[in-house]
Amino acid sequence: MFMYSEEQLLYLKRIKRNKLLIFLTQILIFIILVTLWELLARLKLINTFLFSSPGDIIKTIINLHKNNDLYPHILITIYETTISFTLATIIGAIIATIFWWNNFIAKVIAPYLTILNSLPKVALGPIIIIWVGANANSIILMALLISTFITIINLYDGFINYDENQIRLLKSFKATKKDIYFKAILPGSLPNIISTLKINVSMSLIGVIMGELLVSKKGLGYLIMYGSQVFNLNLIMTGIIILALVAFIMYYLVCCLEKKISKQI
Amino acid sequence: MDTILNIKNLKKNYHTLEGEVEAVSNFSLTVRKGEFVIIVGPSGCGKSTILSILCGLEQKSEGSIEYNTNNPPIIGYMLQQDTLFPWRTILNNCLLGLEITNQLTGEKKEKAIKLLAKYGLQDFINHYPNALSGGMRQRVALIRTLAINPDILLLDEPFSALDYQTRLAVSDDVYRIIKKEKKTVIMVTHDLAEAISMADRIVVLSKRPATIKRIYEINLTNKSTPIKNRKAKEFASYYEKIWKDLDVHV
Repeated sequence: MFMYSEEQLLYLKRIKRNKLLIFLTQILIFIILVTLWELLARLKLINTFLFSSPGDIIKTIINLHKNNDLYPHILITIYETTISFTLATIIGAIIATIFWWNNFIAKVIAPYLTILNSLPKVALGPIIIIWVGANANSIILMALLISTFITIINLYDGFINYDENQIRLLKSFKATKKDIYFKAILPGSLPNIISTLKINVSMSLIGVIMGELLVSKKGLGYLIMYGSQVFNLNLIMTGIIILALVAFIMYYLVCCLEKKISKQI
Repeated sequence: MDTILNIKNLKKNYHTLEGEVEAVSNFSLTVRKGEFVIIVGPSGCGKSTILSILCGLEQKSEGSIEYNTNNPPIIGYMLQQDTLFPWRTILNNCLLGLEITNQLTGEKKEKAIKLLAKYGLQDFINHYPNALSGGMRQRVALIRTLAINPDILLLDEPFSALDYQTRLAVSDDVYRIIKKEKKTVIMVTHDLAEAISMADRIVVLSKRPATIKRIYEINLTNKSTPIKNRKAKEFASYYEKIWKDLDVHV
């Protein structure tokens, strides 16, 4: 068996220790903040009616769980977000492909795309609700609008700035535009598509929560909105914390996907 | 020997909003079968443009290009960057040309595998390009062009991206493979020593618009591989003459 030298072992140990130290400090900060929050609440230095407290949040979660009122909200938000970021990526990729295929269309549409991309899509909320109705569809549409335009722009940018030499080489074999797209542009843009997926997770979540705040009867956005209407700060804080967890986990999953794919390439 | 390519009065203009630029003018050249022709010239004079036109990547403005080969001619084009596709294995990279020209048969695939094996890449057939050194990658790129069995090879500064030592070794390597496969080559380079050590004939171009200034037949005593050719006694005098032709000023 191959043996590491003393020096190499020391080096590996140092790296490992450093990693552990960072992790422990991160945990420590979390514990300190939560303890401080709880302490201030117990000593009545902050008003729990306005600021809630970790203990109250846990109680709220347990109550929601008992009433079976927690998971439907989480699931519906995840469902809406997943649908919209998948659709946004697919639609964005198709439109970016059309633009790459036909320079004329791309040039004609460019200013419209810029306007639509810079317009704050939230402003379209009321119209969407009137046209589509106060249901999950309008929430998904809202999230789609927020993430599709940026996807088109990112992917198209990647397509037109693709490695010129690879394209020259393909052309020297008399490749058609279809060959160039399927043999080079599309597989070569896969990392770019995945990183767009990463942006779209956060973008879609913004859209979904925005939509839920505006119309829905279910979802984490609804939970937060409902909490604010009945002035239940415990419910609002609970909603935000669960949302943060959901967002983190979804982002983490896409990162795992990215790692897996980039390893294959 | 048979003529494989006949270029007459080739002319290329580039059009921009600011006006018209003449890149190549009055370029005539006859290439014999199996010949190794190298085009040298001052940087930016339009050497690569000529190759692009011969390859069909760009349109000529005037003149005629006649291939005395298959119709249309099968052209192998090699660039400075190896442009291997990182998501394809070495074998699949070599089959790319066959795939695109719709001639990927079991027999042709066998031939590509044999070529890879013949030139020392059998252990890497199923590896990805990032596992290979720069020199080996360029060898794969050459085999990729050879796999379509081209009538003529066009090499556009194929060694320029490599460091000096690798460059010498790879030019030796590529030269050996090309001679073994008996291919006709037109190569562009700005490295005079490289040109003299490899070429049968050197075409010296003028500044833009590129036109032929002089053509040298390279006759070295005991001509063998590029590295050994550098030791030939005529080497220095060719170098001096061509250097004067290029008329380089800082």
